[in-house]
Amino acid sequence: MLHISRALIDQVVAHARADHPDEACGVIAGQAGSGRPDRFVPMVNADRSPTFYRFDSMEQLAVWREMDDRDEEPVVIYHSHTATEAYPSRTDISYASEPGVHYLLVSTREPEETEIRSFRITGGEVTEEVVKITDEAE
Amino acid sequence: MAIEVRIPTILRPLTGGAKAVEGSGGTLDELLADLDTRHSGLRARLVDGAALRRFVNVYLNDEDVRFLDGLGTEVKDGDTITVLPAVAGGAR
Repeated sequence: MLHISRALIDQVVAHARADHPDEACGVIAGQAGSGRPDRFVPMVNADRSPTFYRFDSMEQLAVWREMDDRDEEPVVIYHSHTATEAYPSRTDISYASEPGVHYLLVSTREPEETEIRSFRITGGEVTEEVVKITDEAE
Repeated sequence: MAIEVRIPTILRPLTGGAKAVEGSGGTLDELLADLDTRHSGLRARLVDGAALRRFVNVYLNDEDVRFLDGLGTEVKDGDTITVLPAVAGGAR
């Protein structure tokens, strides 16, 4: 199960809507070992494509070093699908290399409604998990 | 002195869990061959034929080696190599 705050979900959706029809992508960092996403880090989609995303390698190095320095790890890696459902594609599965990460997908194909789903991807196996959105006050 | 190589989580089973290992060589290719003698299988996860796999990013200090000489990139004692999984995907 992914526990995530409403504020973080709102930031992911706002990023995905802003970059639509291109795919948006990014990371939500959290304290190492906590499993709790905490710090929103939107990333550039180096491919600026409606059907593909790729972290810019230099931006990724800087962000990964910063996480290391802060004793954080990537808890969530998110990206958007802009014309299809929020489910991992074959490309997503082939690149997924972090068994400990929640892969959060959002679909912006419907203008009024954003589909939000989360998955574990381990060794080519996709397992959907419940997304529990918590309000700040909780 | 040696060359430090920082290993991502996904490859740590090949380094006995170590976050960083050390090796030597005059080029990235030689360094990876040297590492493979102690961490068997590591090179194959990073290299396909004569090029780096597209699923990984390899950095020499602050530079992506794809923007240098790839596997031919010269390395020396005191350098740090960082390996990160490339993060990519999409609906295509």
